[in-house]
Amino acid sequence: MTIVSGLPHSSRPLASRSGSSRMNHRSVAVDRLASPRPRLFEAVVWLLPAVAYFVFPDNLALGVSIMTYAVAVLALDLVLGYAGIVSLGHAAFFGIGAYAAGLLAANGWREPLTGLLLAGAASLMIGFFASFLVVRGKDLTRLMVTLGIGLVVYELANRLSSITGGMDGLSGFEVSPIFGVFAFDLYGKTAWWYVYGVSLVVFIFLRFVVSSPFGLSLRAIREGVNRMPALGASVNSRLRIAFTISAGVAGIAGGLLAQTTQFVGIDSLSVPRAAEFLVMLVLGGTGRLYGALAGTAIFMIAHDYLADIDPVYWEFWMGLLLMAVVLFARGGIVGALFNLVPSLKARFGRAAQ
Amino acid sequence: MTSNIIGILFDGLAYGSLLFLVGVGLSITMGLMNFINLAHGAFAMAGGYVSVYLGQKLGMSFLLTLPFAFLGSALLGLVAERLLFQRLYKATHLDQVLFTVGFVFSSIAAAHYFFGASQQMSAMPDFLQGQTRVAGVDLGKYRLLLIAVVAALTVALHLTLSKTRFGAQVRAAVDNQDAAAGLGINVGLIFSLCFALGTGLAGLGGALGIEVLGLDPGFPLKYMVYFLLVVVVGGAGTIRGPLIAAMILGIFDVAGKYYVPEAGAFIIYVLMIVLLLAFPSGLGGKRA
Amino acid sequence: MRTDTSILSPDANIALSTEGLTKVWGSFVANSDINFQLPVGARHAIIGPNGAGKTTFINMLTGVLPPSSGRVFLGGEDVTADAQERRVRKGIARTFQINNLFPGLTVLESVLLAILERKGMAQHWFRPLNAHAAEIEEALDLITDLGLEPQAGEEVKTLAYGKQRLVEIALALATRPRILLLDEPAAGIPAGESTEVFSVIARLPSDVSILFIEHDMELVRRFSQRITVLVGGKVLTEGAPDEIMSDPRVREVYLGEGGHD
Repeated sequence: MTIVSGLPHSSRPLASRSGSSRMNHRSVAVDRLASPRPRLFEAVVWLLPAVAYFVFPDNLALGVSIMTYAVAVLALDLVLGYAGIVSLGHAAFFGIGAYAAGLLAANGWREPLTGLLLAGAASLMIGFFASFLVVRGKDLTRLMVTLGIGLVVYELANRLSSITGGMDGLSGFEVSPIFGVFAFDLYGKTAWWYVYGVSLVVFIFLRFVVSSPFGLSLRAIREGVNRMPALGASVNSRLRIAFTISAGVAGIAGGLLAQTTQFVGIDSLSVPRAAEFLVMLVLGGTGRLYGALAGTAIFMIAHDYLADIDPVYWEFWMGLLLMAVVLFARGGIVGALFNLVPSLKARFGRAAQ
Repeated sequence: MTSNIIGILFDGLAYGSLLFLVGVGLSITMGLMNFINLAHGAFAMAGGYVSVYLGQKLGMSFLLTLPFAFLGSALLGLVAERLLFQRLYKATHLDQVLFTVGFVFSSIAAAHYFFGASQQMSAMPDFLQGQTRVAGVDLGKYRLLLIAVVAALTVALHLTLSKTRFGAQVRAAVDNQDAAAGLGINVGLIFSLCFALGTGLAGLGGALGIEVLGLDPGFPLKYMVYFLLVVVVGGAGTIRGPLIAAMILGIFDVAGKYYVPEAGAFIIYVLMIVLLLAFPSGLGGKRA
Repeated sequence: MRTDTSILSPDANIALSTEGLTKVWGSFVANSDINFQLPVGARHAIIGPNGAGKTTFINMLTGVLPPSSGRVFLGGEDVTADAQERRVRKGIARTFQINNLFPGLTVLESVLLAILERKGMAQHWFRPLNAHAAEIEEALDLITDLGLEPQAGEEVKTLAYGKQRLVEIALALATRPRILLLDEPAAGIPAGESTEVFSVIARLPSDVSILFIEHDMELVRRFSQRITVLVGGKVLTEGAPDEIMSDPRVREVYLGEGGHD
């Protein structure tokens, strides 16, 4: 064992007090480190959509859009929940991915998986360039720059209507069967499994990212950006990487939208859409990935019911909900659940001993 | 050609005056409490609707509705600040952004519910319509009035902040909240009053701006960027910075729409990013 | 024009030095023409009344503040133009007078991050954190050294203030500095515990050069070999503890001002 700070072992204040409690403190601390290894409840969570698939066969389209948007909200969670960058422009990357996938298909590249990857790559690249602008400012400036990027991309899509279809949107393209076998059907069964698979892969990828040293450094930037340079870390390059990855993932979500609905509306890259992503994330809880999933599901289901009644009411309740979450439930829904579980665990743990 | 340029400058100044009128309150409140308020436009919208309502339902003349637009928005601002916003001064910027975005959504829906989705008109009195010839150039009468009103208000605001006891307290609080509180200044009250003043000015701007900016439920979202820009580019907590920023934005926006209409709002958004990156702490930013 | 005349023969025994280091804000001179040398392995204290410019000096040494004029040398190398993070990688670490930590991270996470940053592994995203056994071991050993083991798994924000001060030091040590700058490491800690903090510092390897700011004269006397007195942004005097303590000018500054506290 190396002598880390050069202190002689005998002088360690607590080293010899109790061997077993010492190991206990250590293992407790190590257990609290983020890990990509799945826990039991996660298997249950990921079985839920599959259950819904069989229980609500008439609502497959809703399931597809929930999972599609969940991918975009996961992307937002990486920059906002982990790195602490508030982005009001994330719909831009979602929309870029959507247009990229749509335009590829419209121009003859109908293979869905490569199309999806290319959509993500397009978004990733633009996100990379945008990230240089985003990390330059601080706080409010940064927020405004993300907003500006969102607005510029929207205006661009609006002006380039010969390519994007402008206000009418992009439609009339088709996507080939997945692996050349599973064709997209009218009921949305293929689309459902496709989006389910992609969102699971994206989730696992992000789970690895946030459980890595890189993920820890993002959280550290969120928690104490001023300390980072004193550890020898260059904050901006770290944030640029996070923003770029996030843009790429958002692009994949957009690609999913285009491929499964075979339509891309210009609202997919609007600022209100970006605000919706924020609402979904905050509703579920930031910085824990599952918050993004839960928030999206609850938001979309509520939207499905309430917006049918009256879209204006929906906007009103959404605003109210957002204010209420900020004032009363800062951890979001998953945060509240996670706060409940340890107390349950403590009770049952004691009973078992 | 020159008269064209003068006309654009003039329209740009009028437009910039409105942006300043709405944005200046935001600048003061942001500088004072470091509170990011994306809902400021909702109070401008409220002022606009007060003016339209009084004009249409009670037949008041447009100019007479303006004080009510100011008072109505100021009152709404005061209530909202006491009940809601003051809970967020110590919150993170993310919370402030989310909360005020939520406020914007709800207020848009509320405006939609009460006044419908359509564009509103203000009943402009005859003597403010048409143009007048000044030094060989045709200038819109209404826009002249706009510039004059905003110029007068700016001077009044400047005098209030630099000469009165209230102004001295505000400046002290902007400079250093804790020190101001230590001097026995009631910072909470100062902020409530500033918030009411700022939202009142925004409401006045909303009413005066019906002719120029339009008025529909989407107003707070549509112009959110512009008002924020005035503050962020100009630098929060000052008057001069936002004034310059508002004029630059106004002129560029009008010129852009005139010379390159196909670019739409594109120019202003690109200008915004460039300005933000060139002046990360604002044009008049005292906080480097 | 060459500007390195003064370092034609860099003294291998000098870990850190400054040349005419000055910081001016408007008309306020925070640091004025400070020429300073920190030998390798030194235990050097900076004392001075409040507002003497001690923290400003540390901030310029670490690259938090750019100097108005003057230069900073690490060994013989001019690092004046280097950003803070580059100087850290070259071996300068510091603690902050006011805790500057990661409130929502656990103690282990904080220290582990510092170690991963030092090793250039912190941008790796393909290997999970808990697979970095060697780094975790190192972090836990350092945490144990500082007596923080019982709190290793707790979030920093839940720790008592004194423990947080120790995390400050742990983060600085995790960068394995050659030069350690401590800005009032025991500030805010009850008198009994401050000795504990300094005894940790005293056990550091002898080739680590330490510069610390401290107000408690008893601690300064016990832990420093040499003292620089800063008053009004200028070096008043420098010398061994006994010389400094008996210097009438220093006594005047301290007794004259201290009498009002």
